Amino acid sequence: MDGAGPTLAFWALSAVTLVAAGGVLVSRNLLHAVLFLILSFVGIAGFFLLLSAEFLAMAQVVIYVGAIAVLVLFAVLLTPAVGRDNGETRFIAPALLLSVALAAVFIFVIHDTTWNTVDEDPRATVESLGTALLGRWVLPFEIASVLLTAALVGAIMLVRSPEEEAEDGLA
Amino acid sequence: MNVGIEHFLTVGALLFCLGLVVALSKRNAIGVLMGVELMLNAVNLTLITFSRFSVSEQPVTGHAFTVFVITVAAAEAAVALALAVSVYRNRQTVNVDQINLLKS
Repeated sequence: MDGAGPTLAFWALSAVTLVAAGGVLVSRNLLHAVLFLILSFVGIAGFFLLLSAEFLAMAQVVIYVGAIAVLVLFAVLLTPAVGRDNGETRFIAPALLLSVALAAVFIFVIHDTTWNTVDEDPRATVESLGTALLGRWVLPFEIASVLLTAALVGAIMLVRSPEEEAEDGLA
Repeated sequence: MNVGIEHFLTVGALLFCLGLVVALSKRNAIGVLMGVELMLNAVNLTLITFSRFSVSEQPVTGHAFTVFVITVAAAEAAVALALAVSVYRNRQTVNVDQINLLKS
């Protein structure tokens, strides 16, 4: 990946994504943490564009930034008595230790391996992705749609209030 | 200085570790869920990186895998947040250190 443009884009996107992810960890207000999470999702979408995955960049913006972030915001607003506390349990020290050790191992492995790479655009177009999803991967694709339907029905069942259940005579 | 596969993989690894700290240490169940979403995003970034830089017959496989990860993440987020709202309705809390019904 040559040239000043991609290099500059890479460093800017890494800064945005990692700082936003750090913001999720350190911000004291849960709503601020959600906003940092959204910024991190946008940064990942930029990475997808940089890696020539245009369709996934769009899907990332629509699904993560559009749907999941709004869902998380709704959940924060629907649980008001908890306050907006984004504090840690007493597991913060072991979690940090584990994570730093894991990061060290990852970075050592990444930089120690000789990667067999090509640096040419593989041209994975939207067309080829659609053909692959409905051709080679059609069974996982259908299972994923069944999973989505089941999750949707399950989510609706879980959040029904007792009064609604009594009305339907299902309780 | 050109950016190569190591740079993208490093960002993915750091993002995964940040998500791991958030998922393991947050008191609020919704905070834990945000950590899980960060980890899933890091995995997606790594998959797309390998898809872009690897020598492969079918470069689109990594993209297809990422589509499925995004789908499962959406389903997981919907069910987990419904669970959080349901637990809140019964216990008036979503703090993971106060939900200890199974503790004797």
